Amino acid sequence: MTFMKSLMGASAVALAAGAALAEPAIIFDLGGKFDKSFNEAAFNGATRWAQETGGTFKELEMQSEAQREQALRRLAEAGANPVVMTGFAFGDVLNTVAPDFPDTKFAIIDMVVDQPNVKSVVFNEHEGSYLVGMMAALASKTGTVGFIGGMDIPLIRKFGCGYAQGVKAVNPDAKIIINMTGTTPAAWNDPVKGAELAKGQKAQGADVIYAAAGGTGVGVLQAAADEGILSIGVDSNQNYLHPGKVLTSMLKRVDNAVYEAFKEGENLATGVHVMGLANDGVGYAMDENNASLVTPEMQAQVDAAAEKIKSGEIVVHDYMSDNTCPAATF
Amino acid sequence: MDYNTLLQILDSTLRLATPLLLACLAGLFSERSGIFDIGLEGKMLAAAMASGAVAFLTGSVWVGLLAGIGASLAFAAIHGLASITFRGNQLISGVALNFLASGLTVLIAQSLFKQGGRTPPLTGDARFNPVTLPFADALQGVPIIGPFYHEVISGHSLLVYVALAMVPLSWWVLNRTRFGLRLRAVGENPAAVDTAGVSVVGLRFAAVAITGLLCGLAGAYMATALQAGFGKDMTAGRGYIALAALIFAKWRPVAALWACLLFGFFQALALRPDVVQAVVQVKVPVPFLDALPYVLTVIVLAGFIGKAIPPRAGGEPYVKER
Repeated sequence: MTFMKSLMGASAVALAAGAALAEPAIIFDLGGKFDKSFNEAAFNGATRWAQETGGTFKELEMQSEAQREQALRRLAEAGANPVVMTGFAFGDVLNTVAPDFPDTKFAIIDMVVDQPNVKSVVFNEHEGSYLVGMMAALASKTGTVGFIGGMDIPLIRKFGCGYAQGVKAVNPDAKIIINMTGTTPAAWNDPVKGAELAKGQKAQGADVIYAAAGGTGVGVLQAAADEGILSIGVDSNQNYLHPGKVLTSMLKRVDNAVYEAFKEGENLATGVHVMGLANDGVGYAMDENNASLVTPEMQAQVDAAAEKIKSGEIVVHDYMSDNTCPAATF
Repeated sequence: MDYNTLLQILDSTLRLATPLLLACLAGLFSERSGIFDIGLEGKMLAAAMASGAVAFLTGSVWVGLLAGIGASLAFAAIHGLASITFRGNQLISGVALNFLASGLTVLIAQSLFKQGGRTPPLTGDARFNPVTLPFADALQGVPIIGPFYHEVISGHSLLVYVALAMVPLSWWVLNRTRFGLRLRAVGENPAAVDTAGVSVVGLRFAAVAITGLLCGLAGAYMATALQAGFGKDMTAGRGYIALAALIFAKWRPVAALWACLLFGFFQALALRPDVVQAVVQVKVPVPFLDALPYVLTVIVLAGFIGKAIPPRAGGEPYVKER
C-alpha cells in the first residue's frame, strides 16, 4: 500500500512537472523537416517562435505511415501543449486521438478536423495561385502557359484552378496546359518526369510553367531554366533556385501558421482558421532574384487584384468547394 | 498529330528509355549468369546520389560519373557477397539493398549539404551537356530525315549514345565471346561449367560487377544529365520497369533495346494526353497509359506473345557437389 502510495505520488509529481512545462510540439509529415518547402516552412515558424520567446519546443519527424497515431499520443501524454502537425494526412488520426486528450490543444495544417480542442488551419491556395497566374499571363509572350501538379488530388487541382482563373483574368484567350505527374505518392518525387512534362509543355508553346509538385517541381524548374523559359515555384520562396529564370513563387505561409499557434500556446483558439491574402497566409514572392523579370507595371496590376480579392470584389473560385473549375478542365 | 509533335515525343522517348535501357542491360548480365537482381533500383539511386554529390564537390562530371559507378559497384559487391558467397536468397538481398539505398542516399546527402536530402544544383562542367552530332545543322534542310536526325538523334548527352552502343556490345560479348558463352552456361547449368573447370563464383561475380557498372551509368545519367542533382527517391521505380522490360525482351540485348524504347514511348505518350486524345478520338486516362508497360509484361508472362523462359539456374545459389 505504501508502495502504491509513493508510486502514485511520484507520478503525480511527474504529471505536475509536465503540466508546468507545457512545451509546444510539432510533428513533421513524411516529406521531412528539410524539404525546402512545406515542412521546412513549418520548422522555420517554430524556430522563429523559439528565438523570439526563448522557449523550447518538442519536435518529431514521421518516418512511416504507421507512426502517426503513436507519435500524436506520445507527445500528448508527455504534456506537450499545443501539438501542431503539418499535413492533411493527420486528419483521420487526429479525429480519434483528440477526444482522448480533452485538456490538450491540437492544431492541424491543411485539413479540417471537427473536434472541440482542435484548431484547423487551411490556406486559400487558390488566391495565391490566382496572383501568380496573372503574373504568368503578363510575362507570357506566346499566350500559352503551363501548370504541372504532383499527385492528382483535389488540393492540387485547387492550385491549378486558381492559377487558370488568374491567367484568364489577364488574357481570356490564353491557352493553359495542365499536366499531373501521377496518381501515387511517388509523383511528389519524380524530377525526371517533371522535367519531361515541362519539355512537353514547351513544345506545345508554353513559356511560363507553374509547378505545384513537391520534389518533382525541382525538375520542372530545372528543365524550364535549361530550355530558356520561365517557371513559378510553390510553397516556399524558390526564386533563388535559378536566379533570373524563376518568375516568382506562390507563398504559403505555413511558418506564420505555426508561429501563431505556438504563440497562442495553451490558449489556442480552436475552430477553423482560414489563412488567405487578407491575413498574409498566401502571396507571391519578390526578391533580388526575380526583380529583373517582374516590371513595376506587372506588380502594380497583380497588387491591385490582390486588394480586390481582399475586399471581396474579386472572388476566386475554390475547386474543393464543389469539385469543378470554371477556367480549366482536369 | 503533325510531324514535329511526333519528333518531340520520340525525342522524349529516347531520353526516358535511356535509364531503362542501361538498367535493363545491367539486369540482363546478372540474370543470364543466374543471379536475380531486384536491386537495380537501389544501385541506380546510390549512383545518382554519389555522382550528384561528387560532381558538385569536384566540379567535374567525369569524377562524378566515376563516383556513381563506384557506389553502384559497392552495392553490387554486397549483393554478390550475400547471394553468391553466402548463398543467401537473391530476392531478399535485392530488396534489402533497395531499402538501404533509399534511406542511405538521403541521409548522406542531408549530412553533406543540409538541403533536405538533395544535392545542390549542378552547372557547367559538373553536368553532362547536350552533344550536337556532326552534320546535324547541315542536314536540317533535308525533308523528313533532316529534322529527325536533328531533333531525335542529335542533341542528347553523351551517356545516351553510350547506352545505345552498349546494346551491340552486350550482344557481341554474350554471343560471340568465350566469356559470354560461359556466362550464359553458368545461368543455365552451373554444374556443367564447374565440371569443365571454370569458376562459377568468379563468373557470377564478374556478371554482378558488370551489372554494377551499367547501373552506375544509369544513375549518373539521371542525376547529372537529365537532372542537375540528386533528389530523394528520384529513380521513381525505373529499376522495376527495367525488370519488366527484361522479361518482355526475354533476356536478349537487342530485344531489350526495343522493349525499353517501347516502354519509353508509352511514358512519353503519357506526358501528352492531348496528342493521344487527338489520335484515338477518345479521352484516355493518363494512369492507363502509365500502366501499359506492366499490362504488356503480364501479357507476355501469360504466354500470349511467345513464351518468356528465364535462365534455368536463375535464383538458385550454386552449391558444389562433394
